[in-house]
Amino acid sequence: MLARRIATALEPRYSIAQETRRRERQVWLDTFDWRLHSAGLVLRQLSTGSGRGGHSMGVTGSRPSAELVLTTDAGEQVASAPLGSPRWPALLDAIPAGALRDRLDPVAGVRALLPLARAEGTMTLFRVLDGEHKTVARLRLEVASLAQPVGGTLPARLVLTPVRGYQPDTDRAARLLAAADGLVPGSRSVFQAVLANTGRQPGDYRDKVAVTLPAPAPARAAVAGVLLGLADTIEANVGFVIRDVDIEFLHDLRVAVRRTRSALKLAGDVLPRDLAARFAPEFKWLGDLTTPTRDLDVNLAGFGDLAGRLRAAAPADLEPLRVQLAQRRVTERRKLLRGLRSARFAELMTAWRAALDDAAAARPRRGRHQGPDAGTVAADRIGRAYRRVVKRGAAISAAGTAGGPPAEDMHSLRKRCKELRYLLEFFGSLYEPAALRRAVKDLKGLQDCLGEFQDAQVQRDEIREFATQMLTQRATQGTRRHHRPAPPGPGELAAAPRRWQPAPAGPGAGELAATLLAMGELTARLDAQQRRARAEVAGRFGEFAEAGVLRTLGIGGRAAMS
Amino acid sequence: MKIFATYNIKGGVGKTSAAVNLAYLAGEAGYRTLLWDLDPQAAASYVFRVRPRVKGGAKGLIRGARPLGDAIKGTDFDLLDLLPADFTYRNMDLALDKAKKPARQLSRLLGPLAGEYDIVFLDCPPSISLVSENILHAVHTLLVPIIPTTLSERTFDQLTGFIDSLNGSRPEVLAFFSMVDRRKRLHRDITERLPASRPGIASATIPAMTLVEQMAVRRAPVPAFAPRSAAAQRYRELWAELRTRSGTADPATPG
Repeated sequence: MLARRIATALEPRYSIAQETRRRERQVWLDTFDWRLHSAGLVLRQLSTGSGRGGHSMGVTGSRPSAELVLTTDAGEQVASAPLGSPRWPALLDAIPAGALRDRLDPVAGVRALLPLARAEGTMTLFRVLDGEHKTVARLRLEVASLAQPVGGTLPARLVLTPVRGYQPDTDRAARLLAAADGLVPGSRSVFQAVLANTGRQPGDYRDKVAVTLPAPAPARAAVAGVLLGLADTIEANVGFVIRDVDIEFLHDLRVAVRRTRSALKLAGDVLPRDLAARFAPEFKWLGDLTTPTRDLDVNLAGFGDLAGRLRAAAPADLEPLRVQLAQRRVTERRKLLRGLRSARFAELMTAWRAALDDAAAARPRRGRHQGPDAGTVAADRIGRAYRRVVKRGAAISAAGTAGGPPAEDMHSLRKRCKELRYLLEFFGSLYEPAALRRAVKDLKGLQDCLGEFQDAQVQRDEIREFATQMLTQRATQGTRRHHRPAPPGPGELAAAPRRWQPAPAGPGAGELAATLLAMGELTARLDAQQRRARAEVAGRFGEFAEAGVLRTLGIGGRAAMS
Repeated sequence: MKIFATYNIKGGVGKTSAAVNLAYLAGEAGYRTLLWDLDPQAAASYVFRVRPRVKGGAKGLIRGARPLGDAIKGTDFDLLDLLPADFTYRNMDLALDKAKKPARQLSRLLGPLAGEYDIVFLDCPPSISLVSENILHAVHTLLVPIIPTTLSERTFDQLTGFIDSLNGSRPEVLAFFSMVDRRKRLHRDITERLPASRPGIASATIPAMTLVEQMAVRRAPVPAFAPRSAAAQRYRELWAELRTRSGTADPATPG
């Protein structure tokens, strides 16, 4: 029917000849946080029911059963790659190395590709022929309906591709098609139709949470709103953490927990009595539960980089450490999953939501004050957090210790900076966007320096811990070997009497030594990184203090709170 | 990028049929392939239904008025493009003669296409001229169709002697028997005897078959309209031999 309409539109100058028609399944993919969409890209997996294309005008080479096609929002093809039998979600390494993966890598990074929607239908390829019956263009007609997550119709899609050297014919054919009844030049992409059907909105997941209420609203409702948003983030990520889809889910969950704890600590007093005291220990438990796995995720993700920086040792020397990290991650994830699947976690989230809903909705009892407003609380808490940063920072600068301040002071200043940052995020919408951006930027310079120091510190501590573990393990294995020699093999009994011998230093001693030496070199590199950060911190703090964050935000002196 | 040419001093020996079918098979095997129809008679362009016209003609191409790539046309087949013939190619010698280093002009023109194509086939006009000399300098393997007659031994020796006399880079020669009629005793004798005494002769032979002649009627390569035919099979054997002898690596893009 549609083919007839196309043919009529092109007559008499061109005719069409059907080349193939096949059932086709399409899956649209993006990361959980819409990274591809934000970069103006659309990724589709196309697969045929039979697993063979049968395309291409007599050229009979075998074709892959599935193909990943990356296009721009406007539908222009960027890259494609054949695919075996993919199972989504999957990380980028499921895609064969090549142009497509290279293009996706800087966009998606460590994030997994998740299926957004699946459609099924038919794909028909036509050749557009001129008077000589020469192919001057190809037409691809896709007619599909959504199958998942919901059913729905999609507009039929017609793609005209020029054959090299025949662009004028393609342009003419495009004009003829555009003038035909019922055919509209594609301004609205099929992807948008997919989203409209599924009810998804690009950017419907964000890992940032801010109050949405105006400054005069009660602070209690504003803070409860922030905490509800954070609870949403925790719950949006937890299922993916359990399935180990990618490491960023745990990161986002963990940050939401940390923000929740900070909000309770810094502004929990505006919530109904006891709420903060009741829930703070539970969120500490949840935060602690996620720490070991997250640390291992970070180490494993950055492992290649770290190994690549070795100079005296070879990257391969570190392989036993990588194996150790990976094994440890398996153990730690088991503990994490037990926690996330526990009744304790389920009850925490249910009770927490109920309490926040009450807090957000509760009206003060007659005759009682409804509590401070959001604007006043924001100014007060940001002011206090800022002064804590300034106090710690000034102490560090004044001490002027040779080689920089001690590690504990750096860590403590970092925590204060984080608190200020979270408050700026929670209450950010109450301030001028430009002023807020500047305030965050001023703070970020200092935070980056402190973060670099602390990350290196954590890594150093871990390396030391792993080195101890490796040596202990080896000692244990050595003892076992000494007491339990391998049983004699077939034919060995007739040989000379076997004597008990101490376990040999054995293969692996050299390997272990190389690994430990490489770990030593890494420690030295991390130490150098820390020295740099230490030397910089006073200067960075000076810049931050001079910038005057409170002034930027228009927060005056010591805010008084009723 | 490997460059092959089908060449013979004589006309009507199966040059164009070989160029068209081998280029098609290269595309089918996954090589990005270009066929340049250098013969002003434009038989290869006709088979692929491409108008034998190049803007600016031979002179424009050789002067570099426009890049060679602008004149390329896609055929009806994946991975196979065509640089069509133009009637002005009959004067290509004159245009070449006016250029600097006239015997190296085709190599220079093809250079920029190296990133775009894995294989180029040149379908050459029958002659010994400046064009032929250009071709001999540009190609890796020269495919020479020979009709098995008493003179074929002499023709082959003349050609290899001529190539050996060239200065600079010289192509490998791969001759193959074309238009072979197994019913003729002479054809049988020569196709069996000559390869034993001459190393540059392919063991694959192309028979004289109406199906090969049908290419001009069907306007498509034999393996496209009769993929299971004996003629298609013979061209496949010749393609396999050419690929092995020329040391052509596997294609980067699977077909």
